[in-house]
Amino acid sequence: MTHTVLVVEDEPNIVLSLQFILRQAGFTVRVARDGDQALRAIEDYVPDLVILDIMLPKQDGFSVCEAIRANDACVNVKIIMLSAKSREADKERAIALGADEFVTKPFSTRALGKMVKEIVAPVNSSLHAK
Amino acid sequence: MSGGLVLTVSILYLGLLFAIAQFVDLQSAKGRQLTRNPFIYTLSIGVFCTSWTFYGSVGLAATQGLDFLPIYLGPTLVFILWSVVWVKIVRICKVHRITSIADFIASRYGKQARLGGLVTIIAVVGTMPYISLQLKSIATSFRILVSSSETALLHAPNEPIFFIDTTLIVAIALALFAILFGTRHIDASEHHEGLVAAIAFESVVKLVTFLAVGFFVTFGLYNGFSDLFSTAADRGLDTLFTVSADNDYSVWMTMTMLSMAAIICLPRQFYMTAVENPDEAFLRKATWLFPLYLLVINIFVLPIALAGRLSFEGVSADADMFMLTVPLFHDQAFLALIAFIGGLSAATSMVIVASIALATMVCNDLIMPLLLRWRGLNINKNDDLTGLLLTIRRVSILLILILGYAYYLIASESYSLVTIGLVSFAAAAQFAPAIIGGIFWKGASYRGAMTGLALGFVVWLYTLLLPSFAQSGWLPISFIEQGPYGLTLLKPYALFGMEGFDRLTHALFWSMLVNIGAYWIVSLLSHQTAIERIQGTLFVDVFGHTDDERDSRYWRGSATVADLQQLVGRFVGVQRAAQAFADFAAERDINLRKSHSADAALLDFAEKMLAGAIGSATARVMVGSVVKGEIVGLDEVYRILDETSQVIEYSHRLEQKSAELEQATALLRNANERLKELDSLKDHFLSMVSHELRTPLTSLRAFGEILIDNPEVSPEERERFLNVIIKESSRLTRLIDQLLDLARMEAGQMDWSLDTVDIAATIREAMATLAGLIKENEVEVETRIPENLPMVRADRDQLIQVVINLVSNAIKFCDKEKGHIALSVSVEDDMLEVSVADNGKGIPIDMMERIFEKFHQSIGRDEDKPQGSGLGLAICREIVSFLGGHIWVTNIEKSGATFAFTVPRADRQDVRLSAE
Repeated sequence: MTHTVLVVEDEPNIVLSLQFILRQAGFTVRVARDGDQALRAIEDYVPDLVILDIMLPKQDGFSVCEAIRANDACVNVKIIMLSAKSREADKERAIALGADEFVTKPFSTRALGKMVKEIVAPVNSSLHAK
Repeated sequence: MSGGLVLTVSILYLGLLFAIAQFVDLQSAKGRQLTRNPFIYTLSIGVFCTSWTFYGSVGLAATQGLDFLPIYLGPTLVFILWSVVWVKIVRICKVHRITSIADFIASRYGKQARLGGLVTIIAVVGTMPYISLQLKSIATSFRILVSSSETALLHAPNEPIFFIDTTLIVAIALALFAILFGTRHIDASEHHEGLVAAIAFESVVKLVTFLAVGFFVTFGLYNGFSDLFSTAADRGLDTLFTVSADNDYSVWMTMTMLSMAAIICLPRQFYMTAVENPDEAFLRKATWLFPLYLLVINIFVLPIALAGRLSFEGVSADADMFMLTVPLFHDQAFLALIAFIGGLSAATSMVIVASIALATMVCNDLIMPLLLRWRGLNINKNDDLTGLLLTIRRVSILLILILGYAYYLIASESYSLVTIGLVSFAAAAQFAPAIIGGIFWKGASYRGAMTGLALGFVVWLYTLLLPSFAQSGWLPISFIEQGPYGLTLLKPYALFGMEGFDRLTHALFWSMLVNIGAYWIVSLLSHQTAIERIQGTLFVDVFGHTDDERDSRYWRGSATVADLQQLVGRFVGVQRAAQAFADFAAERDINLRKSHSADAALLDFAEKMLAGAIGSATARVMVGSVVKGEIVGLDEVYRILDETSQVIEYSHRLEQKSAELEQATALLRNANERLKELDSLKDHFLSMVSHELRTPLTSLRAFGEILIDNPEVSPEERERFLNVIIKESSRLTRLIDQLLDLARMEAGQMDWSLDTVDIAATIREAMATLAGLIKENEVEVETRIPENLPMVRADRDQLIQVVINLVSNAIKFCDKEKGHIALSVSVEDDMLEVSVADNGKGIPIDMMERIFEKFHQSIGRDEDKPQGSGLGLAICREIVSFLGGHIWVTNIEKSGATFAFTVPRADRQDVRLSAE
């Protein structure tokens, strides 16, 4: 079975690049353009990983992250947060809210791809163990 | 009557007086105080009644009728209705051991020797006429009595008796008598019981003799009052004892006021009533006894005057001498001799008391301060100075009488007794403001008193004394009639054109006006020194301060008991000083050792004792000279308090400063807050810039890497990715351009090229630039630009930028399906208004303010992402404000927003500039 990644990002070209990288890595990619859409998508289907931009229309990435962590169904969901602001305070806040990784834009597609694989794989094996 | 007889009787009478005084003094030394009763005290105040009363009143009544009365009305009013003044003055004199009126005034205004000196000079000069009046009456009465000729009854003979002027002999005789009498003791504030007894005796003599003449006239010559008055009325003399409508009340008012002032301010009156008062309770008795005395002595004034007029009907006679001439006319030589003795007693009582009081003042307040200043005379040596003091006083008495005689020679002869006396009254009245004000008004100051007295005295000299010299020929008479140097405004009897008043009222009006006026105004304007303030408080609040008076000074210093005793001894006599110090110790049950340093109480005692001998101002200086340390008088305490209050004020100012500091701190805090706010705004701005820059960069890098890592991607995808790279690059470029523009505009470093611009052409150019975008978004654009628009003053390129920004915004936000934009231009006064209306959703009300701020981004028609950099409207606002216009946004009723801005017309630019 393939893992599903939910990309939450409002910048269409960044979505396009992430889609390309993730599909190539063998993930199923779903896209949400703002915070509300992201939460609706999660209600619909629990992804293995959420790549979450912080600057989003309607709800920002922090509150989406908080909502996911508050959702019992999403215990195993991994979260990588993206930020264009590169502020240390933002990173600390993201980790405190339960994000697994924090990536600053512009990012290396290679490094990100590697990171995604590393994060999602152990989940996969633990699922198999069950 | 033989001159020898009259002379013998006179000498016998004076000898009797002297014997009485001596007897009483001896008894007093043995502890028997014979004069200590209110009747003796009241009779001694009777010194008010002098030759003026004895001879002058009759004279005045004989010519002016009831006009003699106000002179007695004033004192009666003061004693009955306003005795509080006397009670207060007496208490003050006792507490401060005041020796004279000069001492009183000087002490009140800060123990200032200068003021005491001025008062003394005024008193001496002012009393001169009064003394001359006494001399004149004695000499005249003597001549009448010893003259054998009939005409002497009408006018006293002028020829000298005993080859020299009788008046001079009288003056010298009285001076010797006063010297014998008044300078037996040195302490002027001690009670001179012998003197009081003698003066009281004289008051009895003049009353009895006056009544005797009165009885003789009323019941001897006529059958009682009604007979006498009806006889007089028959002879047409009723105008003298009835009040008619044409009486001049201003004269009555003036005389009453004047005599009210005189009873308090005449030096001898002040001396007898206040300084010689043995017991305050006596004063309360005197408030009715003294008016009673005045009433009794005045009963027969009018009858004697009428009898005189009736006796000498048809001939002009000296009415001032009716007391003698009426009995003589009716061959009552013995009665005339008795009357002469009465007149002598009236005159001598005045001369004795006045000369003693004045001599004390001259010595204590004029000579001593001068001697203290005059370094040539080393007064600080340990000589016994009691002899010097006595000599000064004796010489003073002699000089005072000589002055009186001089005035008599110069001015008195041509005046009646009352006229002479009133000049003196007016001089004494000058003291009234300083005395009355001084005991009721703490704010009265030394400078005020000094100025008031000096000015009042000068006016008195000018309006009363100098004219009397002029009338006697000692000054040109034109001085009175044309004024000095022909200045009519300065005529002494009509100053500044004030005519129609009698001379006395006129003089009193002007002298009191300047006296009280200067006293009041200068007091208000000048600053009181500490000692003035203390003395003012001690005088005004004398009833409150009397009890704790001993505690009024503290001192630190090193004067020994021996020093003080020696000092006091030099002025009051060694034995008396030793006795007084022993009494002081006994009274307090303490042991005074000579080597001990004196305490505050002893120092105070010594100064008071000295003050009794040489006046308070001088005493203060003398005590100060032996105290090697510092006397910390109340004044010093006040000074220290002053300093303390300055410290308090200083600390108050410090408090103020710290309050100001707090205020500054608050301002700083606010500024800091504002800075923090600005900092966070800057922070926000930087993070927004970072975000806006990183976003296109992310795409650039991502697709660059994808293209390298994936050489196998399809050509379509490759083209798509490369297109993304190109679009994001140009987005980045645009953003950087905008940021730089905004930064330059905000910093005022933008290079503007202002010119006259055709707005229609500008809009057309902008629309051409936007043509592709419009077409792409399938938006309908409607432009309404009128013909012949005025030119505007603007930067053409920036104006195009504004139009492009607004129209491209409108394209983004207009209706998705049927986009419509209306662009129009209109002329509004000095401005051209350009508006761009879309048919989108409009701006939420809460956003309207913030929409022109940097990085405010709105959701566009794609509804998924903010469009643009968020700098477009901020840049528009900067441009429009710089050009001198406004930019704003309104929502259209149904849907859509309208952005509008104004640009100034080029042809109105000058008008507007010049209007600014």
